[in-house]
Amino acid sequence: MLSRDTRDPATRPRLLLTLLALVLLWPGIHFSELDLGVLVASDSQSEIGKFVSAFWPPAHDEAFIELLLQATLQTLAIATAGMALALLLAIPASLLASRALSLSAAARAGHPGFWGRLLRWPVRGLLIFLRSVPEIVWALLFVRAVGLGPTAGVLAIAITYSGMLGKVYAEIFESVDQRPAHALLQSGSGRLAAFSYGILPNVAAELLSYTVYRWECAIRASVVMGFVGAGGLGQQMDLSLRMFAGGEVASLLLTFLVLVLLADQLSRLLRWRLT
Amino acid sequence: MTLHLTQVSLTHANGVRALHGVDLHISAREQVAIIGPSGAGKSSLLNLLATALRPGSGELQILGERAWQLSARQRQRLRARIGLIHQAPPLPPRQRVVTAVLAGKLGQWGLGKSLLNLLHPLDIPGARAALARLDLGDKLFAHCQQLSGGQLQRVGIARVLYQAPEVLLADEPVSAMDPVLAEHTLSVLCRHAREHNVTLVASLHAVELALAHFSRIIGLRDGQILFDLPADAVDRELLDKLYANEQLQSSPVPPAPLVVQIPRC
Repeated sequence: MLSRDTRDPATRPRLLLTLLALVLLWPGIHFSELDLGVLVASDSQSEIGKFVSAFWPPAHDEAFIELLLQATLQTLAIATAGMALALLLAIPASLLASRALSLSAAARAGHPGFWGRLLRWPVRGLLIFLRSVPEIVWALLFVRAVGLGPTAGVLAIAITYSGMLGKVYAEIFESVDQRPAHALLQSGSGRLAAFSYGILPNVAAELLSYTVYRWECAIRASVVMGFVGAGGLGQQMDLSLRMFAGGEVASLLLTFLVLVLLADQLSRLLRWRLT
Repeated sequence: MTLHLTQVSLTHANGVRALHGVDLHISAREQVAIIGPSGAGKSSLLNLLATALRPGSGELQILGERAWQLSARQRQRLRARIGLIHQAPPLPPRQRVVTAVLAGKLGQWGLGKSLLNLLHPLDIPGARAALARLDLGDKLFAHCQQLSGGQLQRVGIARVLYQAPEVLLADEPVSAMDPVLAEHTLSVLCRHAREHNVTLVASLHAVELALAHFSRIIGLRDGQILFDLPADAVDRELLDKLYANEQLQSSPVPPAPLVVQIPRC
């Protein structure tokens, strides 16, 4: 099979990488105690079946719809306010962490100077710290500090998402052609001006689509945080689940579906406008 | 003395020695063409003069200042007085031509004005005038990605014309244009330099264009200056020596008739 004519030098590395992936993944399944057998066990099946059968019809009485509307608005508000706060921190941090604004890199074929590299590390470290603690932990912390309600959710999203947005923004800035910005720096412009004329036009669409996607994630995250008392749809979901009100759960899930769909359409619309 | 190089050497990060012991003095309002075979160091020399690259050794004085002994802020101010035309102008594909041209003045504008100009072009007549001189006035609101290589080169030139620098450096400014357009564009550059007392240094592949438009010709080979003469003193023998190619012994490269350049970008 591997005769001289048909030998591909990439075969052996590919085989080895596949083996390595399998070797690494197998313990993962073991450690996560994944056992698909429980899904087909008869008693859990009937339990799930009973719960799911209560989903139909979705709750649609007037009082619940009003409650649902209010919770939806609160969730949207938590996600949006959290994202806005996160952007306040993420934009300056991404500009600091990115090599795209380095003056020394413009004169050294893209390699920033020693001090610039050294100074970028603390910012990167801060971003790593911000996003390494899950938002649910921050939410639990803030629920203790500021009490039950949406404020805890907003703060938790702001902190975690500023870390994620800052890191990804910085990488997006570095991923595009740096020459336009370098040419501007070499003709005397300031760093921020060179960034907005040389890099921003190339990254705008990607930044926007990533931000909208993160906003969508923030909506979902705010739902999860509702379970620990941070308001919104999640809190409602928690209540309905505890009361085994399947119809209400179904209505809530449908609302999530519509929200994600809307976020997707918004992202498409914005991207279409920008390209 | 506007441009002053003393024993300047430059080695790129990948270890290639681009320039070696270059002495060069160019006075204000001079118009100089740099010619030489590919890889002779023409671009490196222009980038050095534009303070885009730092020389490995030797002394570099631009407009009376030692560029690499200034603070970063002062150097940016010096750079705003130097304009470099790139062979393949690095313009973001999605930027509008009007913005790309107005970006020439970023070194002179404050940050507030620069950002405002991004939202709404502040000097449309200025950009239109610069483009009209290069017969590109109708492309004012086109996107850069819609333009051809030659048109992009002219946008790059229009940007530097709009910048109105005291030293104008051009790295193969007409390499992607047809002969007629190349002729016209070079004469626009030379006339601009004469009218505004600008020092003009251009590297050119086409020897005929260099001899026709420039009074002083510098021949660069292997990172060293082979000759530095008035245009009428450059003869066939010198050019043959400049372009002699050891690897292509069987078919010597004729230097002169190489006018039309295939766009490289």
